[in-house]
Amino acid sequence: MSELKKYKELALGGNIEKSGTAVDFKTGDWRSSRPVYHPENCIQCLFCWVYCPDSAVILKDGQVTGFNLDHCKGCGICAHECPGKKKVKAIVMEEEVK
Amino acid sequence: MANLKELAARGDKFTGGHRACAGCGATIVARQALLAAGDKPVVATCATGCLEVVSTIFPYTAWDVPFIHSAFENSAATISGVEAAYKSLKRQGTVKEDIRFMAFGGDGGTYDIGLQALSGAMERGHNMLYICYDNQAYMNTGIQRSSATPKGSATTTSPNGKKIPGKVQFRKNLTEIIAAHGIPYVAQSVVGNWSDFTKKVEKALAKGGPAFIAVLQPCRLGWGYPPELTAEMGRLAVDTNFWPLYEVEDGKYKINYTPKERKPITEWLFQQERFRHLKRPENQAILEEIQKDIDLRWENLGKKCSQ
Ligand SMILES: Cc1ncc(C[n+]2csc(CCOP(=O)(O)OP(=O)(O)O)c2C)c(N)n1
Ligand code: SF4
Ligand code: SF4
Ligand code: SF4
Ligand SMILES: [Mg+2]
Repeated sequence: MSELKKYKELALGGNIEKSGTAVDFKTGDWRSSRPVYHPENCIQCLFCWVYCPDSAVILKDGQVTGFNLDHCKGCGICAHECPGKKKVKAIVMEEEVK
Repeated sequence: MANLKELAARGDKFTGGHRACAGCGATIVARQALLAAGDKPVVATCATGCLEVVSTIFPYTAWDVPFIHSAFENSAATISGVEAAYKSLKRQGTVKEDIRFMAFGGDGGTYDIGLQALSGAMERGHNMLYICYDNQAYMNTGIQRSSATPKGSATTTSPNGKKIPGKVQFRKNLTEIIAAHGIPYVAQSVVGNWSDFTKKVEKALAKGGPAFIAVLQPCRLGWGYPPELTAEMGRLAVDTNFWPLYEVEDGKYKINYTPKERKPITEWLFQQERFRHLKRPENQAILEEIQKDIDLRWENLGKKCSQ
């Protein structure tokens, strides 16, 4: 959000006139650890994608390519659900360092 | 029914950038439900509770569908009014599209304060799907007990202390109450089985008429477990028979999943902070009561399926 609007400029009833505006809000700085993707172990099962609570697993042409770190909160669900290849996970959580 | 590739191709209708706790199961419910519904236009509402509060902080909204804000008690009434208006507009020829109507509500907003609004909407026969995301307490106001809170669970209004060892009462069975309305589709699902849940949403919407799905939703804050276990905690509730996956289609009961071997309920309870006090020897009798209740409910459900 760039600037606060005056009340007269707001939509009737305080309606939000565009849908899906939360994409502009960043929650990535909540993270204490981050998911790191190892494509060589990925079988493209999409489990990480379907269980991410923050819609933060990036798909390109239906394939996982990485994470949207502006939104990812580092919950670790993706890594936990990842079956990986031959029991080696394609997502590993690593501690954030300042 | 869509597989994961097909769901992915539909695209997300619930965005990131919302303010839920890391690892929140409620936002997984909303995201997967909208993916499942996403092959046609959807209008949604949500009762006040974590899901609505975290997803609609002005001027942001995580809902990438038309969304109408509801109070705590009337999400079912709100969407039924929208659906009635839509029917009228369609008759008049103003609206041509086929639109689906979905209401969400927490356990407090559904089992408790919203029960009469929900019952009324189901009885009137609106074309709507109501999804209760059941995290078993009033989480948004700081973890108070609801009629969905299981026996033995410590909440701020049913604490473990000298007087009581967590909640004294058993939980109410809302799914059966809604099934008693004789509507076309009623089901139970869980966060942690995407396939079961998205299939049920698709089925409920395709059937038309009033439909209800209760989804058990692990809450890392109120239940007290590490955030990465959200889906796992849901599956464990199913494998212990605490939360059977079943559906009632046109009055016919069907269990959708039977665990190969029912796990003891302690496997689920002891991973959660809210039940930690039940490990103490003086609370052994409560554990036995809980296990007995689960086995009895499962047995009764089985009988309904064979009728
Ligand atoms: C009539 C009314 N009473 C009380 C509240 C305060 N309130 C807001 S959310 C909430 C609890 C919601 O619990 P639940 O429905 O289980 O959803 P959760 O927060 O657990 O997701 C309460 C009591 C309110 N908004 N409206
Ligand atoms: S860590 Fe959590 S928020 Fe981040 S991508 Fe994985 S599942 Fe999504
Ligand atoms: S869960 Fe793991 S294997 Fe499956 S798509 Fe995601 S990263 Fe790849
Ligand atoms: S308290 Fe529970 S339901 Fe509410 S946002 Fe946090 S994890 Fe989700
Ligand atoms: Mg709740």
